[in-house]
Amino acid sequence: MYRYIISRILLVFPTLIGAAALVFLLMRLVPGDICLVRLGSGGTSFTQQALATCHAEIGIDRPWILQFLDFIWGMARLDFGKSMWSGKPVIMEIATRFPISLEVAVMATIIAVVIAIPLGTISALKQNTWVDLLVRTFSIAGLATPAFWLGIVSILIVLDVTQALFGHPWMPPIDYVPLWQDPIRNLSIVMLPALTIGYRYAAVSMRMTRSAMLEVLREDYIRTARAKGLVRRLIINRHALKNALLPVVTVIGIEFAFLLGGLVVTEQVFNLNGIGRLMVLSVQNQDYTLTQALVMVVVTIAVLSNLVVDLLYAWLDPRIRLA
Amino acid sequence: MTLEIAPTTPASVPVLLDEHGRTPRGLWGVTVTFFRRQPVGSIGLILVLIFGLAGIFADWIAPYNPTSNDFAAMTEAPSWAHWLGTDQLGRDLMSRILFGARTAFIVGMTSALVGGLSGLVIGVASAYFGGQLDLWLQRVLDIVMAFPLIIMALAVVSIFGTGVQNVIIAITIPLIPRCARIVRSSALAIREVPYVDAARALGYGHSRIIMRHMVPNVMGPFLVIITAFVGQAILAEAALSYLGLGVQEPVPAWGLMLQGGAEEYASTAPWIAIFPGLAIMLTVFGINLFGDSLRDVLDPKLRER
Repeated sequence: MYRYIISRILLVFPTLIGAAALVFLLMRLVPGDICLVRLGSGGTSFTQQALATCHAEIGIDRPWILQFLDFIWGMARLDFGKSMWSGKPVIMEIATRFPISLEVAVMATIIAVVIAIPLGTISALKQNTWVDLLVRTFSIAGLATPAFWLGIVSILIVLDVTQALFGHPWMPPIDYVPLWQDPIRNLSIVMLPALTIGYRYAAVSMRMTRSAMLEVLREDYIRTARAKGLVRRLIINRHALKNALLPVVTVIGIEFAFLLGGLVVTEQVFNLNGIGRLMVLSVQNQDYTLTQALVMVVVTIAVLSNLVVDLLYAWLDPRIRLA
Repeated sequence: MTLEIAPTTPASVPVLLDEHGRTPRGLWGVTVTFFRRQPVGSIGLILVLIFGLAGIFADWIAPYNPTSNDFAAMTEAPSWAHWLGTDQLGRDLMSRILFGARTAFIVGMTSALVGGLSGLVIGVASAYFGGQLDLWLQRVLDIVMAFPLIIMALAVVSIFGTGVQNVIIAITIPLIPRCARIVRSSALAIREVPYVDAARALGYGHSRIIMRHMVPNVMGPFLVIITAFVGQAILAEAALSYLGLGVQEPVPAWGLMLQGGAEEYASTAPWIAIFPGLAIMLTVFGINLFGDSLRDVLDPKLRER
């Protein structure tokens, strides 16, 4: 098993370098000269020297392979250069916005797991009853609902409900405070976005839990346990759930990476100052260094979460552990 | 003149039997049997057809021009004149939703089909030829799949710009490896089957074996994937348009209708925010329902249950 762990961890590096190569290539596919686009946009005139300075700063006057090696070396040192839009170091722009996105992502994961696993299990146990139908409709609706629309509608509902109950509408506060400073305020900012993203996340996990439980419940050892006279709750907790959770853990881990995509639109709706919103701004402002760095951050998180899932799977599944 | 070695009935040929166990004949027979045996999927299909036909015939059905402003009728509530109300520029919401269906389906189906077909070719080739080609292709696909769909689409849009064509490209690219992965795992199962070996021993060319044996066997999962992709593509297009990085004005699109103005007017004119999103949700909901029942029909393992 240690060989599997080591080889799996080592696989991360070529994947990241490959992803960096893809991002590097994509950013250099921009038609025309980036500097010309940046300096010339807005109709302002610029000198030849300004152009040369810009080239030297970004380093596009050097051969591609050197630029790429610089990029990789900078990534290793967490130095992504300066943002073309604000002039500040990219790593600073990202670092100030990272905590709120992380908090929303973690809360969404917690909400998703808390909703999905019990509901998926109940749905599997009561297959083809109205409970099952309700849960399945709920989860298919979750996959179909656009996250940003759900966000807008949830704000509307909160406004209407608070208007009806308290006489004046309530909106979540805008300025972010860390969790340890003011938990109530922090949670009131983060809860709605986390619920919005968590719903879709829960929908995917619910379906996986249901189908995994259905498969496990048909296994022979469950039938044996029932024949032995084990109480139903014990059968589920001791035998069925543990085995069913393996693919569910995989799905939760894989979907965590895609949750980052959901952050992009949700932060726009709720006006949160996170990395999702930063990504949209960097694309709108044609800030290629920032876009490059943000995509690499997201991809790194995705690759690392896949790694964690694979390692967790190896640990949870005794067949792999003892191999 | 060729000699058929073994029956080429694929393992995952659609098996839709009516209640007497008979195979339905003809398109009408299949449709009627599908509606009887898969009621939930039929609801999904009907939803999809409603919005699809609305998009196709929008020119004739829509009561107003979707892009004409009417400043005398701004943010009007739903009424007999405007069934779904008007937006902040006085444009009729119902007409914009009908034309938006056209954009959604064009982008959704084009991305899904192009992405799916490219993924099919790559997946089958990777599975069939195996060896180094398979290894390297899988690494490349791993890398592209490490990018979440929206992030990849945003990156492509940042390079090529916005607009319908670029949105289609931006959504197609992330779909290709996802399809290739699934097609490859289905195709791998076929590669070692005896009749494929026999075909190879008889000297049949690669293309013949691929087209005759491998492709029919992956058709089942492939069709399910394509339906899932259409839904994902519609959601992705809506998200990109909402962010202002997708389809641009004056092309009507559901995501665009939710951008900007919808939030400002959300409390005073909620219909601006509710109806476009509801349209997206119902369409993708229908696609998902249909895709699920299609999978139930096509998946041999589920058939025994």
